[in-house]
Formats: sequence, C-alpha cells, structure tokens
Amino acid sequence: MMCGICGCGEGQVQIDGKHHHVQPREIAMERDIMSKNDGYAGANRDRFRNAGVLALNLVSSPGAGKTALLVKTLQMLGKTPCAVIEGDQQTANDADRIRATGVPAVQINTGKGCHLDAHMVGHAVDDLAPQPGSLLFIENVGNLVCPAGFDLGEAHKVVVLSVTEGEDKPLKYPDMFAAADLVLINKADLIPHLEVDMDLILANAHKINPRLDVIIVSAKTGMGMQDWLGWIQAAHAKLRRPAAAE
Amino acid sequence: MHEMSLCESIREIIQEQSRADGFTKVNRVWLEVGPLSCVEPSALRFGFDVVMRGSVAEGAAVEITTPPAKARCLACGTTATIQQRYELCPNCGVGPMDMIQGDALKISKLEVV
Repeated sequence: MMCGICGCGEGQVQIDGKHHHVQPREIAMERDIMSKNDGYAGANRDRFRNAGVLALNLVSSPGAGKTALLVKTLQMLGKTPCAVIEGDQQTANDADRIRATGVPAVQINTGKGCHLDAHMVGHAVDDLAPQPGSLLFIENVGNLVCPAGFDLGEAHKVVVLSVTEGEDKPLKYPDMFAAADLVLINKADLIPHLEVDMDLILANAHKINPRLDVIIVSAKTGMGMQDWLGWIQAAHAKLRRPAAAE
Repeated sequence: MHEMSLCESIREIIQEQSRADGFTKVNRVWLEVGPLSCVEPSALRFGFDVVMRGSVAEGAAVEITTPPAKARCLACGTTATIQQRYELCPNCGVGPMDMIQGDALKISKLEVV
C-alpha cells in the first residue's frame, strides 16, 4: 500500500503510531544455491572415505537396465561386502530385486521428486550402515537430466546407456555425460539386431567429456562385466590409497 | 522439475539470512544462473513464485543474470566463451574446450526492508 502522507510505497512501518521510513537496502550474498545439498554431500563423502566405502552413483534414462546390471554385478562380486540404495518415484520393486541377491538394500521413494539428493542419501546410509571397506551402489531415479546437478557424496557418477537409446543421447543430455566418470554401454547383446553405430556413440560421449571411461557390457550375457568389475576394484584401491601416495 | 527443489533451497537460504540479518521482507532477489548450469530460467521463475509463498520473499521480484560460459582449450590453452560443452577451440580448431566458468547457481544479492 502506498503511504497517503508522503507517497512512499513499500518499506514503511509504524513505530509508536508514528510514520516511519525504512529504506530498502541491498545485501550481497554470493551464496551458492546448491550449498545445502553440497554440505550434506561433503559429509557423506567424508564418511565414505573414512570408512573406505566406495560409493558409486548409477544414473540413466528409465529402462536402460540399471537394476539388471546391478543384480548381475552383485552376483559376480560374490563375497565382496556391498550395499545398495535404490531411488525411484514409487514402489519398492527394485530394492526387492536387490535383496533377492542377499545384498542389503534401502529403497528411497522420492514421490514427486525427480532425483536423489545428498540429504536423503545420508539418512539411507544411516539405515544401511554399510560395512567398512564395502561397495555402496546408489541407483538414482531413472532420469538423465536432474540427477546430474545433485552431488550425493559419491566417488564417481556412472552413466548406464543402453544401445537401443540412439547414438546422439550424449549430445541430447550433455550435463549427465559431463558429470560422469564412466559410461557403461549396456544391452550389447542386442547390437546384432540393431542398426547402431557404436563408434558414433563413443565419439559423441567423448565430445562432451574427453575424460570419460567407456565399457561396453551386457548384463544378460556377462560380456564386458569383468572389465566393469576391474574398474570398480581400481576405483576402490585409489580411494583407500593414502593421500600422500597420490 | 528440479527447479522446484532449487527454489526450496533458495527459500531456506533467504529465511536463514532474514533471521541472521533481521529483515522481514524481500523486495528483489538477484540470481546468477550459468548458461551450462542445467537450470531453465523460466522454470526457475515459475517455481520461485510458488515456493516463496508464505515466506519473507513472497511476491519478490526475480532478476536472473547469466554471465557467459568460459572454457580453456585442452590442446592449445586458449580461453574463450562457449555456448555448449562440446565446442571445438575457436583458435586451433582441434582441442575440446574444458569449462572453467558457466555452471554457477547463486543468490547474488537481495533487496530487503
């Protein structure tokens, strides 16, 4: 409401019934909007590092085969201690599939949310209490957009891209490929049935992120799975190496 | 729609600042949104109006600045403005460009009473 006496607009207050002006003022903030999430992510990362836990954040479109790949990975890892956090908008189906392998899993349902955030993951880790020196797989909500922007405290983001999704997926969703350290090109057993240019997928992925590691796998036939396990072991060894040896 | 959860973060940060600083109303919020920040400014504006209801920033105007993204060529070291992540170096035409600035997401300043 505009003041009827002096015509000032916003900012007037009454003190002891007298008209009084408060001049608007500016506050310099320079505050990162992601700082809340990044604070939780940093705490998660410290916790993982101190316990020697390798946390991997698996991201993909819906239907790229993340859960099937994870189930196969857990079966092949055998006695290596593992734990899984499953993120989906609804249902506990994926956590049930993981638990069927004997590996402890916690399901986070994000409801309307399109991604996991570091705060949710911190609580899930409280529930799961992964063993020191174990592997923690975080299967994010199937979405190639939003999860790119949310650090969960993981050591690496791993994109799962299936061969049926089109060679230009990295160009269409560059943020995710830029944020990742590894892309697993899944469902490779289907290649003979498709007109897919594998070289073009790799070239497009490296256009976005020249440092990206690439492993071609099939969770169904087991193709490339040993390379993926080798990558996990190397990442785990690097995490546990003292900083002085870097 | 992760712009909505970003707006929740903006609301929390502003509410905290209002308690620390003693202001009761925010007239204007300046946001810096990097062109490669994976945030759509129009979705952010929409989410902002909805999420700020009932807070000190209800009805506040939003000013969004998008300073250009910059990158350094991995081959020749040239620094240049880029529009997209996968551009080749404008100088040598060979090297991929490595982003050094452009994904910021910040509350720059507030106008408060």
